[in-house]
Amino acid sequence: MQGPLIDTLVRQGVSRRTFLKYCATLASMMALPPTAGRAMAEAMAASRRPSVIWLPFQECTGCTESITRSHSPTIEGMIFDMISLDYQETLMAAAGFQAEEALHNAMKDNFGKYLLIIDGSIPLGVDGAYSCIAGRSNLDLLKDAAKGAAAIVAMGSCASYGGIPKANPNPTGAVSVSDIIKDKPIVNIPGCPPIPVVMTGVLAHYLTFGSLPELDDKGRPKAFYGETIHDRCYRRPFYDQGKFAKTFDDEGARNGWCLFELGCKGPVTYNACATTKWNGGTSWPVESGHGCLGCSEPDFWDAGSFYKALSTPANPLKLAATATVVGAAAGVAVSFANRAKKDAAKKAHQPVTLADLEK
Amino acid sequence: MSASLDKVTQTLKEVIDAPIASYFESCVHCGLCAEACLFYTETGDPKYTPIHKVEPLRRVYEQEYTLLGRLKKMVGLSKPITHEELDQWQELVYDSCTLCGRCSLICPVGNDITYMVRKFREGMAVSGHVPDGIRGATKRTVEIGGPMGLKWPAVANVLKKAEEATGLPIPVDQAGVDYLVLLSSMEIVNYPEYIEALAKIFNKAGISFTLASDAFEATNAGIQIGASDIAKVIVTRIVDAAERLKVKYVLSPECGHAYTAIRWEGPNLIGRPYQFEVVHVLELLDGLRQKGVLKVKNKFKDPLILHDPCQIVRRGGVLQAPEALIREVAENFIPVADQQKWNWCCGGGGGASAIHTETAEALRAKVFQIKKRQIEDAGVGTMVTFCANCRIVMEEALDHYEMNTKLLGLTELLAEHLED
Amino acid sequence: MNDLQFLTWVRGPGLDIAVGIFVLGVLWRLFEIYSLGRKPDLAAPRHADGASGLHTVFRRSLPPHGMLKRSPVSYIGGYIFHIGLAIVVFGFAPHILLVKNLTGVSWPGLPSQFVDLAAVVTMAAMVVVLFDRFNKPVKRFLSTFEDWFTWAVTFLPVLTGWMAVQHLLLPYTLMLALHILSVEILLVVLPFTKLFHVFTLFGSRWFNGKANAHKGVPV
Repeated sequence: MQGPLIDTLVRQGVSRRTFLKYCATLASMMALPPTAGRAMAEAMAASRRPSVIWLPFQECTGCTESITRSHSPTIEGMIFDMISLDYQETLMAAAGFQAEEALHNAMKDNFGKYLLIIDGSIPLGVDGAYSCIAGRSNLDLLKDAAKGAAAIVAMGSCASYGGIPKANPNPTGAVSVSDIIKDKPIVNIPGCPPIPVVMTGVLAHYLTFGSLPELDDKGRPKAFYGETIHDRCYRRPFYDQGKFAKTFDDEGARNGWCLFELGCKGPVTYNACATTKWNGGTSWPVESGHGCLGCSEPDFWDAGSFYKALSTPANPLKLAATATVVGAAAGVAVSFANRAKKDAAKKAHQPVTLADLEK
Repeated sequence: MSASLDKVTQTLKEVIDAPIASYFESCVHCGLCAEACLFYTETGDPKYTPIHKVEPLRRVYEQEYTLLGRLKKMVGLSKPITHEELDQWQELVYDSCTLCGRCSLICPVGNDITYMVRKFREGMAVSGHVPDGIRGATKRTVEIGGPMGLKWPAVANVLKKAEEATGLPIPVDQAGVDYLVLLSSMEIVNYPEYIEALAKIFNKAGISFTLASDAFEATNAGIQIGASDIAKVIVTRIVDAAERLKVKYVLSPECGHAYTAIRWEGPNLIGRPYQFEVVHVLELLDGLRQKGVLKVKNKFKDPLILHDPCQIVRRGGVLQAPEALIREVAENFIPVADQQKWNWCCGGGGGASAIHTETAEALRAKVFQIKKRQIEDAGVGTMVTFCANCRIVMEEALDHYEMNTKLLGLTELLAEHLED
Repeated sequence: MNDLQFLTWVRGPGLDIAVGIFVLGVLWRLFEIYSLGRKPDLAAPRHADGASGLHTVFRRSLPPHGMLKRSPVSYIGGYIFHIGLAIVVFGFAPHILLVKNLTGVSWPGLPSQFVDLAAVVTMAAMVVVLFDRFNKPVKRFLSTFEDWFTWAVTFLPVLTGWMAVQHLLLPYTLMLALHILSVEILLVVLPFTKLFHVFTLFGSRWFNGKANAHKGVPV
């Protein structure tokens, strides 16, 4: 299966023209200059398929579902054929010792060159016993696999930030990839699940330039995570006009007004859903009538209710009643003290005489 | 030293009340009160900003009556008041504040700063941080009977002369009459025409009146110096005389602070309402004018402006009578931009005129420039007022600036033009 | 602590604490100030039209005779920034939602472009009044640390709120968190600084109006 990528694509009936167009689209999506599309196409067409090892840790397979199923038969799906996916438990036919051997061989043969994809968080509790593969803890596996990796892709919110397993009270002691690995380039592709095209975009960039794309301070590709959902939301004009849906079935909801008051986290969520949409551009959460949950943000699970507007406090007036009582009590106490002081001053009053006027 | 500082804080603790607390808490340091104060507008010196004049009072309030203030005092963030500080403030509280009340009218958060200065003076007085001039006037009022040291025989003499000049009797210590007439020393000495004018008007209106030999003096230096206990002693003389003589009304003379003292402060000093009414002479005259009793002939022709004394108008509430009366007697009354309750002070109220230090006198002359501009802008040669103190302060200032503006008292002007 | 955790804290425990201190402070201070009482005025009152405590509460909202000309920056700047603050605080939809969430009371919001403009104008006016405070001898003379501090504490919520909406300088999440935090600081310091005038000015005007109305002077 090795050989120039374009040959593989041609064999599968993808024309050069289609491929070029795809590369141009990808380049523009990643905010690269127009010439980059051609460069990308050339580089990718000529490149040999790099080895990719995909390790699943404490995860739900949602990320894999997202990448594989929802994109077939789009061109993103074909990109899978551009790489040599040497280990992916869900997708590979092999199992047991065979699978382990494949992993072992891939790591050995491509040492220092393979791309390591991680989905799921790494549990540290009970010496990592919460999640093991072939008798080895995720932590152990990660450290081992990371040694020979050229770069690591943390796929999904769990691998990027710990995700739902890390949600309060985090019973397994889940952490993210970047919490463990400090000496390798890591790109986070958060989302629960992440957008498929983001994954393929990052891979294309890696194949073309041999490096990871430009990342933001949270390790995410700026090209896809540079703007908030709110900024690119087609419902934004309603927000600006102050038109909000108040319930999920009121007139505002039916008119497609802004979902801010229903708890949409779009303003604080950096992701590309509003532009790329989901399921091959069919729709996306806000378009389907539900506010953004903020699933690609760290600890989104613990960021207050999904259904409370961002500007409202999580637990309004929790202390207000106590504060009222304490404030009034303090005030009354001070009042009594002051009145006593003033009365004492009055009682001690000595009539002022002319003699007092002298210094 | 510290014993008398204790007296200061004790006294201020007594006088600080909810309004003062509210005023201090409301102040946002906008400095607009400075624009209302002639001591600032004419000197441009920010230390004359009214709210700054009560800064030591603010600190006592904060340190004694607020939790945070007590805390600040404990950790040394808020310094206790000192004698040096009060010495320094004496000029701000007496020389450069006439209690004119203009700042209280403009403060955007509604602070009655004049009220605060008046209360702060209580603390200044008990510790002797008072100007010699006002101290002397207070002493003379308590010990002799009036701020200028005038005794009854001298007053009786003036009354006798007035009787001779008018040919009308001026009763003394006569019970059961309508009015007990009060005078101010300033009038007795400098403007005895006032007494003659009154005698004529009472006679014409058929109103009975008397003077009291033991309560002729209306002014109350105790209020100006800020010693309520002393002010009470002084006002009690009038109350006793009025109630002994069973008069219906006590007539306050033109003098502004006398009016404030007897009309507004008096009942609060003695701790009960009066059994008589206090009437300002202009209120009486305006009443007579409305009844048609007060008729004038040969109206005064020269163009003139009116100086509204602060304590009668802005702080006293005699708002309408002065203009109505001046229009009755003068043909060419020219209203000025800042008149009635917006008028500018003469610069010598609140006891300031009794301070005769060089600096105080120089300051008074300087701030008179605002009145000077009023006179010059109106282009008149005559100014009428109805407060003997304003009149003498302004006469001195007119001399200082070598202006030949004629100053007249309103009551006299009316008396002169009365129909026989 | 990441941005979202920070935001979650300021929206949650942070706001609870700030509102708690605010409520506690306001009550305590109101008692402290108004329990000092005052003596009744025993002098016979004089009646005059337009003279009462309530009249003064309203009348003092307008520039008194001749004052607009004497201090235009104070009045015009003051009006703009007070009204601007009111527009931004009470007209912006997310703010209304917050009030609704806290109290159940709500009203229609203003278009966000208008609120945005109001915020810019408010900040400009606040900068002008700050400059005026530096510039005018009286204001500079009266100014203490508290005056500069309270200016900053009032200015920051407007600035951070506006910057959050405009996506300036920092990511929205962090800016929103800073905005809420700055409001919390404002709430905490309000009862203990001159900012408390938002409560006491009504009492002060009323006391002044009432005392002078007793003498028949509308002030």
